[in-house]
Amino acid sequence: MHGIADTLGYPEEATSTQVPLLARLHEWVITVDHKRLGIMYICMGLVFLLVAGLEASLIRLQLVVPENTLLSPQVFNRLFTMHGTTMVFFVGIPILFGFANYLVPLMIGARDLAFPRLNAFGFWLTLFGGLLLYLSYVAGDGLYGAGSAPDVGWFAYAPLAGRAFSPGNSTDYWNLAILASGFGTIATSVNLIATTLSLRCPGMTLSRMPLFVWMMGVVVSGMTLVILPPLSAAQIMLLFDRFLGSHFFDTQAGGSAVLWQHFFWFFGHPEVYVLAIPAFAFASEIIPVFSRKVIFGYPMMVAATVGIGVVSMGVWAHHMFAVGMGRTPNAFFAASTMLIGVPTGVKIFNWLGTMYGGRIRFGTPMLFCTAFLFQFLCAGLTGIMLAVVPFDWQLTDSYFVVAHFHFVLVGATIFNIFAAMYYWFPKATGRMLNETLGRWHFWLLVIGFNLTFVTLHFVGILGMPRRIYTYPADRGWELWNLVATLGVPLQGAAILLFLINVILSLRRGKPAGNDPWDAWTLEWSTPSPPPAYNFDTIPEVKSRRPLWDLKHPSDPDGLHE
Amino acid sequence: MWSGVNGSTGLEEGKVSQATRSVEKARWRFVDRPLCHGFRAVVCAIRVAAIVGLSGLASIALGAPGALGDDGPVQTPNMFAPVSTPAFAIRDISYFVLGICAVIFVVVAALLTYSIIRFRRRRGEDTREPPQVYGSNQIELAWTVVPVLIVFVLFLATARYIFGIEGHEPPPQTLQVTVVGHQWWWEIRYPDLGIVTANELHVPVSNPANPSPTFLTLESADVIHSFWVPQLAGKLDVIPNKTNRTWIEPHTPGLYVGQCAEFCGVQHAWMLLRVIVHPKDAFDAWVVEQQAPAVDDRVARTGRDVFGSVACINCHTVRGTTANGIFGPDLTHLMSRSTLGAGVAANTPENLRNWIENPAGLKSGALMPAMQLSSRELDQLVAYLLTLR
Repeated sequence: MHGIADTLGYPEEATSTQVPLLARLHEWVITVDHKRLGIMYICMGLVFLLVAGLEASLIRLQLVVPENTLLSPQVFNRLFTMHGTTMVFFVGIPILFGFANYLVPLMIGARDLAFPRLNAFGFWLTLFGGLLLYLSYVAGDGLYGAGSAPDVGWFAYAPLAGRAFSPGNSTDYWNLAILASGFGTIATSVNLIATTLSLRCPGMTLSRMPLFVWMMGVVVSGMTLVILPPLSAAQIMLLFDRFLGSHFFDTQAGGSAVLWQHFFWFFGHPEVYVLAIPAFAFASEIIPVFSRKVIFGYPMMVAATVGIGVVSMGVWAHHMFAVGMGRTPNAFFAASTMLIGVPTGVKIFNWLGTMYGGRIRFGTPMLFCTAFLFQFLCAGLTGIMLAVVPFDWQLTDSYFVVAHFHFVLVGATIFNIFAAMYYWFPKATGRMLNETLGRWHFWLLVIGFNLTFVTLHFVGILGMPRRIYTYPADRGWELWNLVATLGVPLQGAAILLFLINVILSLRRGKPAGNDPWDAWTLEWSTPSPPPAYNFDTIPEVKSRRPLWDLKHPSDPDGLHE
Repeated sequence: MWSGVNGSTGLEEGKVSQATRSVEKARWRFVDRPLCHGFRAVVCAIRVAAIVGLSGLASIALGAPGALGDDGPVQTPNMFAPVSTPAFAIRDISYFVLGICAVIFVVVAALLTYSIIRFRRRRGEDTREPPQVYGSNQIELAWTVVPVLIVFVLFLATARYIFGIEGHEPPPQTLQVTVVGHQWWWEIRYPDLGIVTANELHVPVSNPANPSPTFLTLESADVIHSFWVPQLAGKLDVIPNKTNRTWIEPHTPGLYVGQCAEFCGVQHAWMLLRVIVHPKDAFDAWVVEQQAPAVDDRVARTGRDVFGSVACINCHTVRGTTANGIFGPDLTHLMSRSTLGAGVAANTPENLRNWIENPAGLKSGALMPAMQLSSRELDQLVAYLLTLR
C-alpha cells in the first residue's frame, strides 16, 4: 500500500527504492522542509477540524429542541469551550500558517524559510499544545470528578477561571495548551517575517510581492507577533493566580475581572483578523487567476491590508461594550471599529473590480471564493451593526454574535481555506482534486452553512443568549433552533465528501502538471510537487506576475505597474 | 434542486428556435453544463436566502406568540418589540443602521451578481485574455471616500445614542433597585423600600408624560453575569468588584422575560429573570405585601422548626425569624414568586418538595445542597414554606 507520503512524491528516491513505512514516517518527523511542515500543519488542522466539527454537531443536537436532556450542562460547557479553543488555535492557525509555510518561500523564489529548524520547532510545539488540550479529557480533574476538559469558555473570563470557581486542573490544561501553541505560533511568525524580508529572489521588491505574501508574510505574521505575547503574559498571570496565590484577576481579593478582558481581547480581536486576512490572501490569488485579470488596485490592496492590521490593534474593547466602560471609551471603540470597515470594504470592491470585465471560470476554487464574497459582505455588515454600541448592548452575547462571527470564520475563512485546498492541492501533490465532488462539496456546504447561520441571526434578535445548554419552551426560539440544526448534516456531508475527494484524488486524481490553472505566480513554475530545493536556479522577476510575463512577452506586466 | 436545474435547462433548449440571440444563449448554457449548474444554483441560493431572510424578518416584526405563564403570557424577548424607553431608543437606531446596511448589501450584492453573470467565461469564446486593468485612482478614491462618509454618519448617530442612554440622569421619583448576580440566580434588593426578593423584578409602569423610571445598580457576588431583558433595555454586565448602573422605563404593564447573558458557570442557562411591570396602584400593593414580615402560621410551626434546625437558615433569610443567611434567596415571601431555581421549574408544591429533596435533580450543579431530610420532615418543611406568601 502506498502511504500518503509517497503519493505526495516525497522524496522521489524514497519511493523508488521501497523505503519501509517506518523510515518514511521518520523522514516526516525529522523534516525541516517548509513544504512538508506546511502539509503537516494543514493535516493537523484538518484532524482538529473534524474533532471540533463533531463538538459543534453535538452542541446543535442538544439545542435542537427546548429543555433537551441529551447532554448535561457540564458536558455542554466543555463542548463549547473545546470547540472554540480548538477552532481558533488548532484549526485556524495551523491551516493558515501551514499554507503560509508552504507557499511563501515558493512565491518569493526562496528555497526554504529563513530558519528551517525554528519552523519545525514551531510546528511540533503547536501540535503538542493541541494534544495537551485534548489530554484533559482523560487526565484533567475538574470539579465534577476525574476526566474533564476545560469548561470556562475559550475566553476563560476571570474570575470564573480562577481557583475559587474552577478548582481542579481542567482550566490549567486550557491555559498551558494555549501558552505552548502560542509560543509555536510566535516562532513561525518570526520565521515568516524574516523570510519575507530577506529571502526574496532578485527583482522581487516589496511592491512586486504577491498579495498572498504581503498578507501572510508581513501583516498576519506581524500582527501575531504583536498580539500573542500579551495573551501569553496574561496566561502566565493567570497561572500565578492559580498556583502562586497572586491576585491579578482574583476579584475576591481585590483583583480585576475587567483587566483579563482587556488582555484577552487585545489578543482576541486582532486574532479574528489573523484568521480572516488569510482568507483575503487566498481570494487575492484565486480571484484574479479565475477572472483572468490582474488584481485591481494592487497598491490599494496592500495599503488596505496594512491598514486593517494597524487599526485592528485598536478595536479590542468592542467586545466589552456591555462591561460598563463608560461613554467615551464606548464611543472611541465604536469609531475605530467602524473605521476598520473602510479598508475591508475597499478590498471587496477591489475583488469586484478584478472580476468586472474578466472572463470568470467557475472552477471549484472560484465557487468557494464567490460564496466567500457574499458571506463576507454579510459578516462585514453585521459587524457594522455590532459596532453601533446601543445595538450591541442588545446583540452582544446573543446568538446574533454567534452567527456574525461564524460568517467571518466559516463563511469567509473556512470557505477560502477550501478554495485554497482545491487551488493548491495540485501543486502539493501533483494531482487535481475531482471537480464534480468539489461542486457537491461546495453546494452542500453553502446550503448547510447558510441554513444554520442565517437562522441564528434571527434567534439572537429574539433574545436567545449564547452558551446556554438549553432553553425554556415558551420563548419562541424552537423553530429557529430546529432549522439551524438541520443545516448540520449538510455541512457534515460536505466535509466528508471533501475527505473522500482528497483520498481518491491522491490515488487516482488527474495529473496536474506544473501549472493547471494557467496562473501567474512563481510556485506554478516549479514541478508539482516541487522538489525539496524548490527551484533549480533562483528565478529573477521583473513584475508582480512573472509567469504572465513569460506567457505574454509582448505585453509584460512591468509596463503597467 | 438539482433536478430543477436540469429541468430549466430543458426549457432553455426549447427556446432555441425563437431568435438567434436566445439560440446562442441557450447553447452555451446547455453545452457548458458545469458552469451552467454553478450559475443557476447561485440564483437559486440567492432566492432561498431571500425567502429565509424575509420570513425571518416578518416573524420578528410581528412577534411570535408565547405560552401562558402565571403572570400572563410569556412574550418572546424580541429586541424589536420594546416596551421601555432605552429599548425604544435602541430599536430606533437599530432600524437606522439596518436600513443603511440593507442598502449597502443590495448595492454590493447586485454588483457582485451582475459581475458573476455578465463576465462568466462562455464556452466557445476565444481563449484570449480579457483586457488587463491595473486599477483606477479615481474609482478607488471614490469607493474609499464614500464608506468613510457612511462611517462618519453612523458614528455620529451612535455617539448621540450612547450619550443619550448612558448619560440619562434619574428624575426625582426614580425607584432604585440593586440587582446582585449569584451563581445561578438573581438577588433583587429595594434599599429604599426594605424589600429583598429573587429572580423577579417588580417595577411600576412609567407614564411618558411624568416619567418614573427604575434605576438599577448591578453587582455580583461571585463571577461575571449580565443583566438582559431585551424588551426593556440593552444588556449590562454584572461584574464582581465593579458597580454598574443602568435604567429601564417600561410604558406597558406585563411580564417581560430575560436571562443572564454572560457565561457564568454550569447553570448559566437556568439563570432566568422575570420583570413584572405593574400599574402604579398594583405596584404599591405589591410593595406593602412584600414589606410585611413573614406570615407566622401556627399550622406550620413544626415545619418552621425543621427549617430552623437544619442548615437552611445558614443561607436563607425569612424576615421575622432567626433565619438570616445571605448566600441563598430571601424566602420571606417565597410563595409570591412564580418559579423555582431561577426559572428552572414552576413554583408548585410538588416542584418545591422535589427541589428541597434534591436541588441537583432539577438543576444539575446547583449550589444548594440536598439536606437528606426524611419524607416526613420534607412534608413539614414544604407545608411551612407554602405559608410564606
